[in-house]
Amino acid sequence: MLSKGLKRKREEEEEKESLAVDALWLDPGHAAVAQAPPTAASSSLFDLSVIKLHHSLQQSEPDLRHLVLVVNTLRRIQASMAPAAALPPVPSPPAAPSMADNLLASSDAALSASMASLLEDLSHIEGLSQAPQPLADEGPPGRSIGGVAPSLGALDLLGPATGCLLDDGLEGLFEDIDTSMYDNELWAPASEGLKPGPEDGPGKEEAPELDEAELDYLMDVLVGTQALERPPGPGR
Amino acid sequence: LSHASLLRPSDIISTVEFNHTGELLATGDKGGRVVIFQREPESKNAPHSQGEYDVYSTFQSHEPEFDYLKSLEIEEKINKIKWLPQQNAAHSLLSTNDKTIKLWKITERDKRPEGYNLKDEEGKLKDLSTVTSLQVPVLKPMDLMVEVSPRRIFANGHTYHINSISVNSDCETYMSADDLRINLWHLAITDRSFNIVDIKPANMEDLTEVITASEFHPHHCNLFVYSSSKGSLRLCDMRAAALCDKHSKLFEEPEDPSNRSFFSEIISSVSDVKFSHSGRYMLTRDYLTVKVWDLNMEARPIETYQVHDYLRSKLCSLYENDCIFDKFECAWNGSDSVIMTGAYNNFFRMFDRNTKRDVTLEASRESSKPRAVLKPRRVCVGGKRRRDDISVDSLDFTKKILHTAWHPAENIIAIAATNNLYIFQDKVNSEMH
Repeated sequence: MLSKGLKRKREEEEEKESLAVDALWLDPGHAAVAQAPPTAASSSLFDLSVIKLHHSLQQSEPDLRHLVLVVNTLRRIQASMAPAAALPPVPSPPAAPSMADNLLASSDAALSASMASLLEDLSHIEGLSQAPQPLADEGPPGRSIGGVAPSLGALDLLGPATGCLLDDGLEGLFEDIDTSMYDNELWAPASEGLKPGPEDGPGKEEAPELDEAELDYLMDVLVGTQALERPPGPGR
Repeated sequence: LSHASLLRPSDIISTVEFNHTGELLATGDKGGRVVIFQREPESKNAPHSQGEYDVYSTFQSHEPEFDYLKSLEIEEKINKIKWLPQQNAAHSLLSTNDKTIKLWKITERDKRPEGYNLKDEEGKLKDLSTVTSLQVPVLKPMDLMVEVSPRRIFANGHTYHINSISVNSDCETYMSADDLRINLWHLAITDRSFNIVDIKPANMEDLTEVITASEFHPHHCNLFVYSSSKGSLRLCDMRAAALCDKHSKLFEEPEDPSNRSFFSEIISSVSDVKFSHSGRYMLTRDYLTVKVWDLNMEARPIETYQVHDYLRSKLCSLYENDCIFDKFECAWNGSDSVIMTGAYNNFFRMFDRNTKRDVTLEASRESSKPRAVLKPRRVCVGGKRRRDDISVDSLDFTKKILHTAWHPAENIIAIAATNNLYIFQDKVNSEMH
């Protein structure tokens, strides 16, 4: 499935960090984090929270209470980590997911898409070297169209500002994606945020470019107004 | 307190509830089963087994289901059981899992008819030529049989996970609450319900708060309360509007600035709310405290009791291992003078509202032999340590007492410790004071 974003190899590091964090937290002097929060602790908590969010979203039916509490905590940590920087507001979901929303009966997909866009937003904060693939694995793969788009939309925002991501190349982002899924043109992810240009990297060839006509066609097929036939456009 | 009896359901207990007289005690478990215990009448012949609870009936309430449309499995775990007030010889209760509520009727059969004319004792038809005279069948006593049958199934009312059910004092309606909505049902009607609270935002990305618990007022059939993940309580009046999105009263305690942390919101999330028997107060449980609220005062609780404040410095680790999300329940005693709630290490706590004294007790086989008096426990946080104290670091966080219940009239409590049920009775002081 597409939601293979979690990388386990970070666990060990995370454990060591959290032990250190515990030592910090056990000190009652650190109880009021509102004043001078220890950066290491915040960053580690941030990572931990993102991982929890992933776990939560990956479940077929996330525990809403757990999800909401983790997201709110993540926002608090985020706010304390970069109080001066102009935090981009959580954007309204980009076009593709909202179209997907119209198709999907379950509003949980909307929540996942919005969480995905939140994650994409958070992902370019310094320190997070892996851009998470926040694809909620909900139901049949056809739905993932909605989930894929926001994370790829993040690529547009990467730009020169977050060099660390570009250093790895975009390759790292696509490591976990099973490309056999992309051989089927129907599932070619919407790339409204993906433009050719300075960001060209080895991973780029994985993400095809869909023009408006193709996107419309795709939506028609999904809505069922068109029979499934060989789609037009550049072959891959 | 002395220990009356010890019973072992095979699965993790997920809910415990006495009926209105305290004669029956129902437990639900993760496997979807309900076990009902009945209190034996006290007899002079066997004074030691006075008032003990024995198994009365066991039945499978919910089965695991598969939602094909959404491709997900619906757990059979019983989230809540609520008894209906008894109106005839039969007992009725509501049990619910994440999605479906069921009404069960429990009846007793202790007689059976004998002496049929056309059937023999095994039920086979007799050869008519052998029937020479007619007789009237008579009812003969038989071994007690408890029969349980599902009378109503209230399905498809909830998109999200049901966390509470509560029977109205009118005994005709009840409510069920999930993360975002509360529905009102009539006990006799299963194909429709009224939505009375809906906090689902138009845009799910604006979701910041969920409903965590809900209960009807014990006397005023138009009032109910629901709690949220942000620690607030909303008292709603069903007479004010059809959709009770606007609360009549909002109970919220301002955040203590000296205790602010990243986890402030999580630990303020209310996991249980219970009206007092009198109807004047509400009891809430959040991660570290239990609070008593006066319905006439919205600004802050009138009493706050620390359940395990020594965990305040451990919140980070508890967040990491998800223990910080554990949902503990709370309970009033019959006279609303003592409140009880569970904690970790199989400890549970009781607070006397009048004397302001509190006690920590342990529900475990090792520390409580039958009829032995429970010994108070103490958790030490460093400094001077007494012999039987437990240090904070040796607490077992996998042994959590989430579900407890108090007999409506007597000093009898039921404690669910994972898959064990403990029933403790105060034999010396059976009356409320």
